[in-house]
Amino acid sequence: MSAPVLHLNLLGIGVWAEGIGNWAEARATLLADTAAADAPVAVQPAAAGTSAAHRPPTTLLPPTERRRAPTTVLLALNAAEQACSMAGLSPAELPSVFASSQGDLDIMHYICEVLAESPEHLSPTKFHNSVHNAASGYWTIGTGCMQASTAVSAWSTTFAHGLLEAATQALCADAPVLLVAYDMPAVGPLVSATDPSDLLGMALVVSPATPGMPQGWGGISLQTQVVERPQAPPAAALDTAAGMRLLRALAGDQPGQVALPLTPGLDLLASLAIAPASPG
Amino acid sequence: MPTDSCTPPHPVPPASALPIPAWTVTCAVGAGRQALLDALRTGRSGLHVNDFNALPLPTYIGRVSGLEDLPLPPDLAAWDCRNNRLAWLAIQQDGFLEQVRAAVQHHGAHRVAVVLGTSTSSIGATEEAYRRLTPEGRFPPDLLRREIHNPHSLAGFVRELIGAQGPTYTVATACSSSAKVFAQAERLIRCGLVDAAVVGGVDSLCDSVFYGFHSLGLVSPQPCRPFDARRDGISLAEAGGYALLVRPAAEDMAHTSVAAPVLRLSGHGESSDAHHMSTPHPQGLGARLAMTQALKLAGLRAQDIDYINLHGTATRKNDEVEAQAIAALFPPTLRASSTKGWTGHTLGAAGMVEAAICLLGLSENWTPGTLYCDEPDPEMPPAFQAMLKTTAQAGRELRHAMSNSFGFGGNNCSLIFSRDPGGPA
Repeated sequence: MSAPVLHLNLLGIGVWAEGIGNWAEARATLLADTAAADAPVAVQPAAAGTSAAHRPPTTLLPPTERRRAPTTVLLALNAAEQACSMAGLSPAELPSVFASSQGDLDIMHYICEVLAESPEHLSPTKFHNSVHNAASGYWTIGTGCMQASTAVSAWSTTFAHGLLEAATQALCADAPVLLVAYDMPAVGPLVSATDPSDLLGMALVVSPATPGMPQGWGGISLQTQVVERPQAPPAAALDTAAGMRLLRALAGDQPGQVALPLTPGLDLLASLAIAPASPG
Repeated sequence: MPTDSCTPPHPVPPASALPIPAWTVTCAVGAGRQALLDALRTGRSGLHVNDFNALPLPTYIGRVSGLEDLPLPPDLAAWDCRNNRLAWLAIQQDGFLEQVRAAVQHHGAHRVAVVLGTSTSSIGATEEAYRRLTPEGRFPPDLLRREIHNPHSLAGFVRELIGAQGPTYTVATACSSSAKVFAQAERLIRCGLVDAAVVGGVDSLCDSVFYGFHSLGLVSPQPCRPFDARRDGISLAEAGGYALLVRPAAEDMAHTSVAAPVLRLSGHGESSDAHHMSTPHPQGLGARLAMTQALKLAGLRAQDIDYINLHGTATRKNDEVEAQAIAALFPPTLRASSTKGWTGHTLGAAGMVEAAICLLGLSENWTPGTLYCDEPDPEMPPAFQAMLKTTAQAGRELRHAMSNSFGFGGNNCSLIFSRDPGGPA
């Protein structure tokens, strides 16, 4: 039995990284990158320790909350707002999938450091902000969205699994879904024990490609493919970069295909078809 | 190449009730299903005075014994940490590991998904590394194992252990994590991506949860007392459990035992409170949405539910709000209870533990009471007080049971399990 093909329409894209504030800027950077489809995308790396200084804007939180929100929450909210705006859909209508390989490493560092030195001083706010679904929580609270929201991780294959989860949700509900993927660099001792990452947030709004659904400006068709690999795929320059490979293919305005590993024995093939008048 | 968006999509059939041919649970009362059933029947709690760490305040915990002396298989030593030891202990109970390996053989490795829930993952090992940093401020060599210092440690370990190659990912939505995995796996199967899925969850005791929940004022100094007038917080606990979901076609049952009653995942519902990171929606609106959705997916009415395993954490707020939500939706014939007086609050594993309790109830035509609820809170709606059972109930054939899990960030999941009519008792 061959694997089913899941057909999606792409309605909106959001991106935030160092020097990239939206999809139009991302496209310009990605179009200049002529590496092969399966090569990593050259995103400008964040210098160590700068994550605190680079905090994406968001309209969704009042100033005090914005100051206290973890960096990854701001990344996620910023990218998600962009994607919903491009899709012309209200955030409150959309179920969401939040995907991060390692979560908020600033908060993880804080918690482990405080626990090692003076655990009785652990901040309750930082504790409830340390849950992997913090971005999901802040998003649904900030937008008043009571739709389902999930927060997933699959380490170095997180983006591919997030995309698969968004696809199955969209097809089963026959409705658009928001996917948000984000990661950040580590600080402190965590640098020695985690994979290097860029500061990167991206979001897609997808709908099933069924009659009556908004067509957006392109299609993504997903199909799993069995592969033979001698060992696990390399962790590489972190997994949200897999999302960037997809975006690079989208930026090119050409049909194309990107293979995203799911497990050592299975890939997710994403075939892209772009409508003539794509935005950005 | 023209835009492909006009191609008819792969047809997604309507949701159907997925058989659960194998399932297991390990928690503070013991390893495996029988230990839990015995404890529920005899009123023996798994909670005891905290002996896990140096938290300076009194509290009761649900601790799984023996993990300190239970190393992982040598070829999987890279995954070693408390959470994965608990995962290893739990998967060996009730013949689950053998049944899952048989499923991988039968369906093909790439046709078996692994979707597991956790909130702690292996953060206990990361905490330990920070206590033993090298002079250069790096992790000590024995803890320099990258695969464990991230949320996916548990699922990565289990996938490698069972030899699956299908989609494998972690759900980390706090206390709803190992309930949502059931819904997510059901969709993978419904879309035809896999034929079977290993779902479940494992969370373990660690300093983060002790000091974190304590800083929020949510931990009781006594064993937790769900829905009691004097309830004052949760009892932290650890647990691990799994279920095997399969596509509902006759040939998928061929390799499994048919001597037991056929149990199924018949519905699920998910929602958000959109209210606050650590307190529930005051009218329980998100909870009601999730339960209503689950009923709709299962094709059931509220009065068809025979038993609800409540989230019932014993915080003032959760229980107050949950009581309202249940009273608003269900008729007085419902039996409902919280079992956290036996197991404690197992956080990311709570969804799986309480799913297992529903499955035990359906198997036995018997439902547990609410341990340590000595005086049900008179402030709760009278309709709910009639539904809440403080003692075990028998004498009625059970067809449908619901389990509710509500997590931080207002993340809600409601599951419905059903037993096929007829069949062995």
